[in-house]
Amino acid sequence: MEKSLHNRVPRKPSKERLKSFFVNNLVTILFLVLCLVGLRLSGLSLAFYLNDIVSRVARNTFLVLALLIPVLAGMGLNFAIVLGAMAGQSAIIFVTHWGIGGMGGILLSVAICSPLALFLGYLTGRLLDKARGKEMITSLILGYFANGVYQLFFLILVGTVIPMNNEVLVLSSGVGLRSSIDLSGGLRYAIDDVMRLSFPLFALYCAIGMLVLGTYLLIKARRTGKLEREKHYIVLLVVSLALFVWSLITSLSLSAVNMVRVPLLTMAIIAALCAFTHFFFKTKMGQDLKTVGQDPHIAEVSGINVSRRKIQAIMISTLLAAWGQIIFLQNLGAFSTYGSHEQVGMFAAAAILIGGASVSKATISHALLGTILFHTLFIVSPLAGRNLFGDAQIGEYFRSFVAYGVIAVALGLHAWKKLMQGRKK
Amino acid sequence: MAVRNLSTQRSLKEMVKTFGLPRIIIVIFLITLWGISMSLEIPFGQLLSDTLVRWGMNGVLVLAMMPSIMAGTGLYFGLPVGIICGLIGGLLAIELNLTGFAAFFGAILFSLPLSAIAGWGYGWMMNRLKGSEMTVATYIGFSFVSLMCIFWAMAPFKSPEMAWPIGRGLRVTISLAGRYEKILNNFLSFSVFGVMIPTGLLLFFLGMCLLVRFFFTTKTGLALKASGENPRFSSSSGVSVDKMRIVGNIFSTILGSIGILVYSQSFGFLQLYTAPLFMGFLAAASILIGGASIKKASITHVLLGTFLFQGLLVVALPVANKVATLGSLAEISRIIVSNGVILYALAQKSGE
Amino acid sequence: MDGIGKEYHGNRVLSDVTISLKPGEIHGIVGENGAGKSTLMNILFGMSVIHSTGGHEGTISVDGEKVSIRSPLDAMTLGIGMVHQEFMLIPGFSITENIKLNRELTKENPISKVFGKEMRTLDLQHMGDDARKALDTLDMDIDQWAKIAGLPVGHMQFIEIAREIDKTNLKVLVFDEPTAVLTESEAVNLLQAMRAIAKRGIAILFITHRLQEIMDICTSITILRDGKLVAQKRQEETSIYELAELMIGTQVGELMRHPNENLAAKPVLLSIRNLKVAMSGEEVKDVNLDIHEGEIIGIGGLAGQGKLGIANGIMGLYPSEGEVTYQGKPFALNDTIHALQTGMAFVSEDRRSVGLLLDSSIELNIAFTAMQRQHKFLKKLGPVMQMDKKAVRTLALNMIQDLDIRCTGPMQQTRRLSGGNQQKVCIARALCLEPKLLFVSEPTRGIDVGAKKLVLQTLVRLSEELGLTVIMTSSELAELRSVCDRIAIVTEGKIAGILSSKDSQVEFGLLMAGAKHGST
Repeated sequence: MEKSLHNRVPRKPSKERLKSFFVNNLVTILFLVLCLVGLRLSGLSLAFYLNDIVSRVARNTFLVLALLIPVLAGMGLNFAIVLGAMAGQSAIIFVTHWGIGGMGGILLSVAICSPLALFLGYLTGRLLDKARGKEMITSLILGYFANGVYQLFFLILVGTVIPMNNEVLVLSSGVGLRSSIDLSGGLRYAIDDVMRLSFPLFALYCAIGMLVLGTYLLIKARRTGKLEREKHYIVLLVVSLALFVWSLITSLSLSAVNMVRVPLLTMAIIAALCAFTHFFFKTKMGQDLKTVGQDPHIAEVSGINVSRRKIQAIMISTLLAAWGQIIFLQNLGAFSTYGSHEQVGMFAAAAILIGGASVSKATISHALLGTILFHTLFIVSPLAGRNLFGDAQIGEYFRSFVAYGVIAVALGLHAWKKLMQGRKK
Repeated sequence: MAVRNLSTQRSLKEMVKTFGLPRIIIVIFLITLWGISMSLEIPFGQLLSDTLVRWGMNGVLVLAMMPSIMAGTGLYFGLPVGIICGLIGGLLAIELNLTGFAAFFGAILFSLPLSAIAGWGYGWMMNRLKGSEMTVATYIGFSFVSLMCIFWAMAPFKSPEMAWPIGRGLRVTISLAGRYEKILNNFLSFSVFGVMIPTGLLLFFLGMCLLVRFFFTTKTGLALKASGENPRFSSSSGVSVDKMRIVGNIFSTILGSIGILVYSQSFGFLQLYTAPLFMGFLAAASILIGGASIKKASITHVLLGTFLFQGLLVVALPVANKVATLGSLAEISRIIVSNGVILYALAQKSGE
Repeated sequence: MDGIGKEYHGNRVLSDVTISLKPGEIHGIVGENGAGKSTLMNILFGMSVIHSTGGHEGTISVDGEKVSIRSPLDAMTLGIGMVHQEFMLIPGFSITENIKLNRELTKENPISKVFGKEMRTLDLQHMGDDARKALDTLDMDIDQWAKIAGLPVGHMQFIEIAREIDKTNLKVLVFDEPTAVLTESEAVNLLQAMRAIAKRGIAILFITHRLQEIMDICTSITILRDGKLVAQKRQEETSIYELAELMIGTQVGELMRHPNENLAAKPVLLSIRNLKVAMSGEEVKDVNLDIHEGEIIGIGGLAGQGKLGIANGIMGLYPSEGEVTYQGKPFALNDTIHALQTGMAFVSEDRRSVGLLLDSSIELNIAFTAMQRQHKFLKKLGPVMQMDKKAVRTLALNMIQDLDIRCTGPMQQTRRLSGGNQQKVCIARALCLEPKLLFVSEPTRGIDVGAKKLVLQTLVRLSEELGLTVIMTSSELAELRSVCDRIAIVTEGKIAGILSSKDSQVEFGLLMAGAKHGST
């Protein structure tokens, strides 16, 4: 232990640490401020906001998490999760056509979309491996391309080549699907409604869980002597205690917040994915991907099959995106046949970047924080726009400006940093 | 015999390689569609006139890709930036109540300083993003378009032709009827064998091509070309590569702004808000179809690519309508073809 | 293990080399650049470059058994390890992770039981223990969980070694120029570590050009030259002088001109003091040199020692500092335009990636620099300067004739020309600047024998006819000796000494090997 302390870099003075913290998390901090200002301007009540954000987080987090593994493998943001989303969406369309609802419908959708997503992921991986160094722009364009194929399939081939007799789904001409599909009475809320809990109660259970976990970690840290981690755990304990108190008080009060219902199963699935991702990073495959991401040349020399690993990363990402889209759609309840998957990649990328990720580094907490912040902006900006400019439309434009802008700035900063590092060498 | 077979096979492969697979597919596709259209008795003269018009109206936008590619900054996905500068020029011309050629050239004149400044800033940014130009450029383009949406919605233009009758901001599409609608198309136009020749439009397009061609024989033009082809060669000759990349992007932006004005006069409307979003991809696809790569492009690529791509789109619509009344087929084929071509170009090994 | 016997023959790069290694032996391999050292190692490691070009001749055997090494993985399983010249370490990983790179220890978990080995979790505890053991062997008291980024260079080398030691079946360990990046004391440590490893019964192949180090620790030595095995010696039966001579060889090129004896009488054209150039791989650390008017001075030395950096630095292509006086006036460094405008011209060592616009015509290549910098071959059209096609064409035709460039015409793409003719285009480009001082780097690299002579003759002729001062940088000593008045040898970023082309081979050899510092 003494040895380890001996070789550690001396800690920077706290002022400098604070400064570098600000610089490194500029995007996130800026966003936090933006969200708070927007929240204030929109004049939303806490209950209303919570209701919206809970459902949006439940709906989108899974898709954002799908981006993590390709980043780990050094392939940047995989905008081509759109393909996975298409696979999930296609499965849902067919299951709806067959009229299978509820949990059975969901499981059937998963069964249908999984092989499809793996196949698409394989093709995407092959392509991205070919376009080394240009992965992101290629995945973006691939998304657009795939969208064309998707439209060809559902707008032209359905009814002409593929028979589909369904007055509700198919256009009156008999060819092509209608532009929106309603899932109510079928798959709508099939996962969400399995079990719901009021928000304060949910928070209460979370707080208890965190308290137990925090205490366990603290004791473990004390025993093994990893003293520096102790501080983090104590902070965790304090936060969860505060949450505990707040949720206890709220749940006993008559606050409107008690009306906010949290879809428990969906949250559990997201938690499971987080746990899996965390586990995955510690496996042999995860370690290989990390190596590939850090330096593909060294990976190759030390005997790792770089192409194979990259393709695997994309396949996993695409598969997760397909499942993510199923969660997304069942929560939405009705969706635009030709539009609701289009921007999946873009929104997920914007969210994770807002959370503080970069093209080469992304963690689970980036994804979670980013989803909350990004969707807060989604909720508040039309209202804030209306209150500020008398025009909700301006808020909408502002929202897409921010989404695109954040990606541009984050990617730009990353490219610039890389260039500067290259110069230094 | 077997040996000869092998060698012809190899030369065929070589030919496919030099001519480019997507180009071959599209030429075959286009010829097939023309054949089908003839058998369906769709008037071929009409098709050809339409193709010519769309060739001319899209040509300058495609031409805007060229300086950027030549300067080594890749496909000019920042095209929306240039387009928006052109649109502002177009709006100013209406606001000042200009008509006819005065309005058209006035619009170009107004947009010039804007696009020069925007192009400079854009090029400056590209120099800081070496290596990931295209990805970031795409998002810079996107975010600029949505930023401008806010501007359109709040812009202080007064002319009733442009503003919403109630409230603030500009209409989504602004008609150019009575201003400079089709002013180039109709200039000296005539028809032969049922084919309308939009003389003015084509002359303007070819004129712009000649201008670009001329530019690449000047001292600056050659320095720009060399910087794109081999930056290390250029800097060893004392040429500032970064400066040349900026020049290339300014030039691309200016061509983009002129391009949208040519497009709009033929289309008859100025399209604001989100309309410019995907125009960059279409123009990029056109020049790639013409045989350009993300590192190399020529006027021939522009002329050929625009003609093939637009020709395909023009013929696809009536054919699709006759085969099965599906209007969306043309739009879908546009999406698939344009993005497919860009994908193909990206998947090529960069460099040699 | 009773010895590896190898015999290669392929592509004239390497022919008929046999080396045998005993356990615990340290075997040195010396040779100039291009002597075949790296090819030999590539074969030993089954690198894909070897197999994609048709494999190799001869056989390799380990412990008396013939083996076929078709991939780095094969080499690894056979117990052959390598400490790379450029570190194969991942800066973002801990020392342990690097030592165990792609050899991670794993343990079962419920998921891996279903999805297979790839889903096993890493056994960090045991990985760390192993790393600790390997580090202890090397007397490294550094935390095995520290990140690589930020460690001193010397440590990184040791971590590479630790990685190899950690491989349980390691039999042969190759060191490729390991001391090149180390400070003196670090190098001493390394040599000690190598001895310790050898004591454990591991055979070591030590590739270096530092003859002193070879003499210090090797028990036997192989000398390669031009892909052939020149000699194999025991350490005690040879001397550093003999090694130097064997390494350089005795071949002397045809003398193309007589060295100018009374250089000192001529005025100094360019005076370089304390020149530093940050060119990675060819760093110049402190060069002092005076160049007289009208002379042809050669700059020689082994690759990576910094000889190429001098010309690149003065031409402003890489950041440099120092005091340079040119034609009696102070000369601004880091300014290519200034260099070109004061009558310097440069023919780069990297013809294809710096010297030419490969997709452009011969005439544009020739005229480009003069056009950009001296406004020649341009005509005015109002405010714009356009290329004067006629003038450029005349120039190109003249150059093609003068330098005998074999081509289909001035419009031919330079990509399609042969190496020698490409080189002539580069020289033509430099000439049309009408320079006073011409830098020529590696003028004959990658061109065939006949063309080599033509290019050198051209340089000699130009110097005689135009009174041009030429600074010629080359790795080929014979070539420098056949045309230069004096030859400066660069070692470790400094001028090790200046010799006349009449001096003996041994003198050159010792300077190049850094074994002796000659007087300036």
